[in-house]
Amino acid sequence: MSAGYRPEGLVSGDDPEKPDGVDDGSADTAAPTAQTSTPGPVGFGPVAWLRWTWRQLTSMRVALLLLLLLAVVALPGTFFPQRPQDPARVAQYYVDNPSLAPVLERFGLFDVFASPWFSAVYLLLFLSLVGCIVPRSLDHIKALRRPPPAAPSRFTRFPVRDAFASPVGRDEAVATATTALQGYRLRRTDGADGAVTTLSAERGYSRETGNIVFHLALVGLLIAVGYGTFVHYRGQVIVVEGDTFANSQMQYDSFESGPWFDEGGLEPFRMRLDGFTSRFDEVSGMAADFRAEVTVTEPGGDERPETIRVNHPLRTGGASVYLMGNGFAPDVTVTDAGGNVAFSGPVPFVIVDQATYDSRGVIKVPDTQVGDQIGLSGVFLPTAVVDPASDTAFSISPEPNEPLLVLDVWFGNLGLDDGVPQNVYQLDTQAMQQVRAPGSDGEGAPVRVVVAPGQTVDLPDGLGTITFNDLPRYVGLDLRYDPTLPWVLTFALLALAGLSASLFLPRRRVFVRIGQDDGGRTVVTAAALARGDDPGLERELTRVLEPLRPAVGKTDQDRMNQETGQAPDRQQDEGARRG
Amino acid sequence: MAELGQISLYLVTAAMTAYLIATIAFAIDFSRLAADRPSRVSRTADARELVSAGVADAPVVAARPVADAPLPPVRRAAAIGQSTFTAAVVLLIAGVVTRGFAAGRVPWANMYEFTTVSVVVASLVFLAIQRKRDVRFLGTFISLFALLALFLALAVLYTDPTAVQPALQSYWLVIHVAIATSGMGVFAVAATVSGLQLAKDRAIGRGTQGRILSSLPTSADLERLAFRINSVGFVLWTFVLISGAIWAEHAWGRYWGWDAKEVWSFVIWVVYAAYLHARSTRGWEGRRAAWFSVAGFASILVNYYVVNLFVNSLHSYSGV
Repeated sequence: MSAGYRPEGLVSGDDPEKPDGVDDGSADTAAPTAQTSTPGPVGFGPVAWLRWTWRQLTSMRVALLLLLLLAVVALPGTFFPQRPQDPARVAQYYVDNPSLAPVLERFGLFDVFASPWFSAVYLLLFLSLVGCIVPRSLDHIKALRRPPPAAPSRFTRFPVRDAFASPVGRDEAVATATTALQGYRLRRTDGADGAVTTLSAERGYSRETGNIVFHLALVGLLIAVGYGTFVHYRGQVIVVEGDTFANSQMQYDSFESGPWFDEGGLEPFRMRLDGFTSRFDEVSGMAADFRAEVTVTEPGGDERPETIRVNHPLRTGGASVYLMGNGFAPDVTVTDAGGNVAFSGPVPFVIVDQATYDSRGVIKVPDTQVGDQIGLSGVFLPTAVVDPASDTAFSISPEPNEPLLVLDVWFGNLGLDDGVPQNVYQLDTQAMQQVRAPGSDGEGAPVRVVVAPGQTVDLPDGLGTITFNDLPRYVGLDLRYDPTLPWVLTFALLALAGLSASLFLPRRRVFVRIGQDDGGRTVVTAAALARGDDPGLERELTRVLEPLRPAVGKTDQDRMNQETGQAPDRQQDEGARRG
Repeated sequence: MAELGQISLYLVTAAMTAYLIATIAFAIDFSRLAADRPSRVSRTADARELVSAGVADAPVVAARPVADAPLPPVRRAAAIGQSTFTAAVVLLIAGVVTRGFAAGRVPWANMYEFTTVSVVVASLVFLAIQRKRDVRFLGTFISLFALLALFLALAVLYTDPTAVQPALQSYWLVIHVAIATSGMGVFAVAATVSGLQLAKDRAIGRGTQGRILSSLPTSADLERLAFRINSVGFVLWTFVLISGAIWAEHAWGRYWGWDAKEVWSFVIWVVYAAYLHARSTRGWEGRRAAWFSVAGFASILVNYYVVNLFVNSLHSYSGV
């Protein structure tokens, strides 16, 4: 951001000592625009207005305000539930605050980071950034190709300066100073009569380079992230042990992609879930490890075994596969009233309680040949404990030690033929009836079917039977493809490197003028200037001048003491001795 | 390993005691400092005469700031504060290390551990600056901060050392979280300095500095010190965001998802970016910039305590 930026360290903001007509490359040429808030141009034409607006936008002050605004507009994202992060909580918010929620919705407060006002702020900020950094980069490139600026005629305004008579001869002093300024870019100016030589030296151009790299990398980052949202895809799928997933859009339980994503671009790999294991800490009961063993078949036909773990996604076909969830999928067979097999297979149950793996699920049996369609909804308990007193059952461990299915029984029309997509984990009971015990006044308590592995249990009212065959595990997988990831990382690291350079590399100018007084003594005057805070500046000038200085040892020691502020008494002692 | 966990607790408690003594000792030194300190000697330059010819400006000896008048030579209270403070840090480091062994992993996986490590870092930053220049005036604030943070950690955030859940089993736990704790410690010191700068500025504005504030360095010096610490903090925080994004990509399948923690970390980054820009915007440098430094640290505290404990976030690893 250029406006308001100037080489710091000068005593006053004005720089009367800057030689006229010499651009010192400090990029403060654009500075005057908005250092004070200029009133809007009255009576200007539209072009002038545009120019004025652009200057305001690219000024440091406006950039600062936009930064503040960006911080402020991001905050609602933590006060209100966000739809992309947690749609369930948004739905709950609608239930809890029925009158407020639509208003919030209107202002995009349930999706702050995609809202027009949030986008407006960061786009303006980036516009401001570009408008500022581009001219500044051009200035910097110019500065890189030019020798350092000529030294001002007087050094008195520089806070870090020095002057003394040197025992070294004039020409030798010039040579020595030139050597001491190794690593600097140098401009040597010899006076008209050859009596005075001035060295202008500058180093640390990387500070500004870093600054520019940092800002440009942020622009690159924004572009890469933006491009990623256009070409990415992401899908979720549940795979039961023994099953194979083929990467095509049809196979996903849910799938979303950017507008530029090409459906044919799905890498057609296949993946079989060979097994899933979980481990829990014996003391705390907390999850300790999840592992999905899979066999991946690439389009070429090569099979390879892989393990997917939390924090260790599988990378294949340009996509990444993440282990996001797991659970049990009891394998059941349901027969209808006529004894025909109406349903058979594993049914994933969703975990309700992560500590005990209390799981909830639904078994839909539409293909009955005799009688109504059957719906079974209820819980799966890996280690079931039945409390006869309260007639409840619950799980005490996520390990399948005493697996049990506890199911309510419904019959009627499942509503699957309406063509309306249904949630597989919910029973649409609109056209169904629950089986209840005959009560005193018509409706009694619901009849529950309890079935353990290996058992076959009759369904009530002669609806049929259910058999609990097996207990395979299932995993919930996230597949994600985003080709911009390496770019995002590259720009982020570039920004980090640029930032470090711009904050920690010192940019310094050193001016050394060497002449002679009437007595033929060599006279050295020097000054140093830094951009930004530079606590080492004084030390640097001392270092450069050291070989030219009279009475080397003591003087320097004194100076070092003064700088560090240590041992003031010793300094006085030495001063006294010397005096 | 329960015994080791217990030993760690004793060590942390001992460290708190040492911090308490350090707070008191530094505070006594602080008040004495104010009472004893003579008025500042004006900055003078002993001009030497040199006849010049051919050189444009007559050589004038550098108007280098002459060191302030010598302080009272012995600051016994400060020395006591300094040594108990060092002892506190050593005890706390021992407590952190034993905790790590007790849990069998790096000791910064929940809020209790995170706090202890942050306090270690803040203390080390203070000691590191102290090696270069005399900032013992900060001692009482830093040890008070350490004391409060540790008290909160023990009273509210404590959990027994256990292994971590699969989502945290990553080497990024070592890197990302370590840098985050360090960043927090570094920003804490900078915010303290900025707070003192603001207090001093305000007193000067009123025309009454009072004894204690007048014994502090000039507000320009405090500003520069805060900036140097904050710029280290900002680079660390940038790395926290990047490493967090990499880890999120590994663990959750996306590098940035505007989770509550991510939002606040982003806000913190933007506030400190604003701070850096404010410093080089005319009319905003100095006092206004210092407010950003304080606001940035306030956001860090919100991000740490409020988001971790009260907001539904993927980063809910407090264990509380």
